[in-house]
Amino acid sequence: MATAVVEIPSELQSYWKNLDCGFPRVAEVFPECMQEALKKLTNDGIDAYIENARFLGKMGRGAEPILIFLEEWPGIAKLIGEDSLQDIMLFIRKMGKSPNGKAIVPFLQSLPVTARRLPSRDQLSDYLTIALDLMERTTGSVHGIHQTFPSPGLPEMFKQVPILLGQLSLAGLKHWVDYGVRYYDDHPERQTEYFSLHSADSKAVLQRERHGTLLVDNDRKLNLYMRGLWQDEDMLIPYSSAFDELRKPIPYYDKLGIRLPDVYNDAHGVTGIDRYRATLAHIIGHRRWTKAIIADNMSPQQRMAAEFLEDCRVEYLAMREYPGLRRIFTALHPMPAEDACDPEKESSVRHRLAMLSRAILDSQHPYKNQNIIEFARRFHELMQQGESSTQEIAELAITFVARTRLQSDNLPKTHFKDTVVDFRDDNRQMWKFIEEGDEEEAFDEQRKIEPGEELKGLPPRHYHEWDYNSQSYRPDWVSVYEGLHPQGNAADIDKLLEKHAGLAKRLKKMLDLLKPQDKVRIRYQEEGSELDLDVAIRSLIDYKSGAQPDTRINMSHRNDGRNIAVMLLLDLSESLNEKAAGSQQTILELSQEAVTILGWAVEKLGDPFAIAGFHSNTRHDVRYLHIKGYTERWGDDVKSRLAAMEASYSTRMGAAMRHAAHYLEKQQADKKLMLILTDGEPADIDSKDGRILIEDARQAVKELDQQGIYSYCINLDPKADEYVSDIFGKQYTIVDNVAQLPERLPELFISLTK
Amino acid sequence: MTNKDQYKVGKEPFYQAQSDEVTLYEAAYAARLPVMVKGPTGCGKSRFIEYMAWKLNKPLITVACNEDMTASDLVGRYLLDANGTRWLDGPLTTAARIGAICYLDEIVEARQDTTVVIHPLTDHRRTLPLDKKGELIEAHPDFQLVISYNPGYQSLMKDLKQSTKQRFTAFEFNYPEAKVESEILSKEAGIEVGLAAKLVKIGQAARNLKGHGLDEGISTRLLVYAATLIKGGVEAKAACRMALVRPITDDADIRDTLDHAIAATFA
Repeated sequence: MATAVVEIPSELQSYWKNLDCGFPRVAEVFPECMQEALKKLTNDGIDAYIENARFLGKMGRGAEPILIFLEEWPGIAKLIGEDSLQDIMLFIRKMGKSPNGKAIVPFLQSLPVTARRLPSRDQLSDYLTIALDLMERTTGSVHGIHQTFPSPGLPEMFKQVPILLGQLSLAGLKHWVDYGVRYYDDHPERQTEYFSLHSADSKAVLQRERHGTLLVDNDRKLNLYMRGLWQDEDMLIPYSSAFDELRKPIPYYDKLGIRLPDVYNDAHGVTGIDRYRATLAHIIGHRRWTKAIIADNMSPQQRMAAEFLEDCRVEYLAMREYPGLRRIFTALHPMPAEDACDPEKESSVRHRLAMLSRAILDSQHPYKNQNIIEFARRFHELMQQGESSTQEIAELAITFVARTRLQSDNLPKTHFKDTVVDFRDDNRQMWKFIEEGDEEEAFDEQRKIEPGEELKGLPPRHYHEWDYNSQSYRPDWVSVYEGLHPQGNAADIDKLLEKHAGLAKRLKKMLDLLKPQDKVRIRYQEEGSELDLDVAIRSLIDYKSGAQPDTRINMSHRNDGRNIAVMLLLDLSESLNEKAAGSQQTILELSQEAVTILGWAVEKLGDPFAIAGFHSNTRHDVRYLHIKGYTERWGDDVKSRLAAMEASYSTRMGAAMRHAAHYLEKQQADKKLMLILTDGEPADIDSKDGRILIEDARQAVKELDQQGIYSYCINLDPKADEYVSDIFGKQYTIVDNVAQLPERLPELFISLTK
Repeated sequence: MTNKDQYKVGKEPFYQAQSDEVTLYEAAYAARLPVMVKGPTGCGKSRFIEYMAWKLNKPLITVACNEDMTASDLVGRYLLDANGTRWLDGPLTTAARIGAICYLDEIVEARQDTTVVIHPLTDHRRTLPLDKKGELIEAHPDFQLVISYNPGYQSLMKDLKQSTKQRFTAFEFNYPEAKVESEILSKEAGIEVGLAAKLVKIGQAARNLKGHGLDEGISTRLLVYAATLIKGGVEAKAACRMALVRPITDDADIRDTLDHAIAATFA
């Protein structure tokens, strides 16, 4: 191997010798790194530095690890302390011993950012634990003894660390990692997609775990704020601020609504929600007081100045309305140092304008510049006279630009530091363009729906699904498509009714008993149909003893009505096509008969009643088929849909229950009952863990309970005892003899609603 | 005969006219037309009637209506006593006998079968038949019937029958305009107008939210409470939260928004 091309200075020779490294690239940077290390590290630290660098150099992973380490460690050590090196090296050794050696370089590369985000040893060691956990759980093995395949996700995660740690707390990161490991454990490509933040899932979970105030959680609050304090209203549309690192989008508004970032962290002592309010106050200020002016005659600098001052004007007027806003605006407005910008080297237009804007907002500003002071005064004088106008302000702005103009204003390098006021919008509504300029971009392209792309049926509704492993919901996991059930021949149903005429006759008697005729006594009536003896005697005693007797000694009666809404949810999965034990009919046919009789019976009672069927073909396609709606009569339409009932696919029960519940919830009734008729446990072909859909259905029952819906399961699976009570608690019946279903179902219903 | 003077309004109640309602009322009284005042809660309906009774120097009998009220609570009833029974006039009967203004507050709260007893008093007959006693009272020439109700909680169950509605002339009250309302606050509670204007501003923020989670905005009455608390030395923001926000809502989002309105108004 060639000796070092670069001479190692003599005072560093002993270190170089200890490092014992033959890579020429290392020799190139070594003197510089070493000098920096000598400045930043303690003596022990230097020893450890050399020793560990030596180890990295001899790992057999090329020059990359040792290079990164030599360059970055002194800076990192300064941030998090030298002790952390032990933890880091331990982790690297573990990676080196496992098949994950390739992840060492990305890990080392991500270290500086990690250290900046997690500047303490404890935090760093928590982070390493998470990474280790990810590594151990995703490293594959062939026969379960030796780990042979590297973790596909680990290096990807290290590459995303800047975004991840920027958005998530450590707990959030842990959840995000857990989620990825759990669902993509056995699918390397998907796992890579997830950990490189490319899959929709991955972004959705990231979004959910983010720290800060989310717009979606506060939508209503902000709508109330606009309506209550400003008598304004509009759609609030979030845009994502997570993935544009270079160019952060700015709030704006157009005819579709107000666009705001999806999340605001607390900043400068202002809570996230107050930052949203500040942004809204600013935007509403524009909507109220800004009149668009013509842009064509102004230079870009003049326009920028006009925008700055117009922003100041609407904020001034907003603060006139609500003086308390001043605290928030002042806290959020940057205060550029007067000498921060060197006008010789960079364009200082923004810097001057930001100072002026600060001076206008904050009378305690520290600026000495005469122009700033004078124009702040002129601004206030203008505002004393009333509301002023966009035009007037623009003229003031032009004067300011002219007065303070410098040669360097045209330099390409602009001073940006501390000049961005992040609660301000992009002012696109402030300008009218007579001619289309070439610098204007089309922000919202008009979207045309291509012919032939028309939507068929309703768009899917998405529902969460409960994951018992993590005790959390998988966001928008299941897509439910709903539609009307196809129609068949209504006469078939009438035939079924005829067949069960005897049963119908017996049921009729029971139904008559159920009809609203319960008399309820109303006591304490001055005038009523009967004397209420209890009260009358009490009154007489009062009277005899000289006290004032109660004169309300009568009672009357009224009929108590039933007030119950019912939803019957039918499992239409493939297994219904099997023949029922001890019967010539399939379970589907028997269900059909049972539902027919139940439908007929409920119609007699007059309760609001709906029937729907469901089946599923993976989480992407849960079908929900309406057979009868609440407002529909028990007529030929309904019967014909019932006649066409067919069974196929699987049983994803939770999503169907949630969807049915959202209809039932809207019914106005004292009691709400959801009957679920099924022949087996919840299952779907994309769910390997049989438990997960059972637990999800159980969670759905809990949710229903919270919505005031009583769910009840009628199960046709003789072996249902194993799981049905897990889902429904005590609210279920197992019908062993399926042939009896047509009789049992209406009876059950009647006894449930008695 | 009942002592008339006990029903007189002694001291002039403070009332700030919003427009020409005082003269209109005087005209209605001159013709002894029954009057209905409607408007949201706490906007000054009862105060207006009290003020008019004082101005006209007539006794005022107020009945707060409720669901359990029966016709005999208005008209009167027989009481048992040691010697047998004794008739006791109800407030409506008393008012008709002595020539008072009878004010039935929140009339929709009473059941509809109760409200019909006022019918014979409100048309040309101006009589009140006492079925149980077998007496027909001719209303005193000074007698006038006034009812109030709040169309805010108009529901299917709580509305006046057409046959009742169409016996009255009506005033529609609303919360006063901002300027008038701040004057009211400053006079009623003795605070300065600038502070009163701020309170009114918060009140209006809440009124804008009516129908979006609030059934009713912050009433003038509550604003007066807040002003009184501030006058009594309570810190302004705390007083507002206590008197304006906490009573009207349990909804966390609305509470938060109104709290912010308070913070934004009091810098």
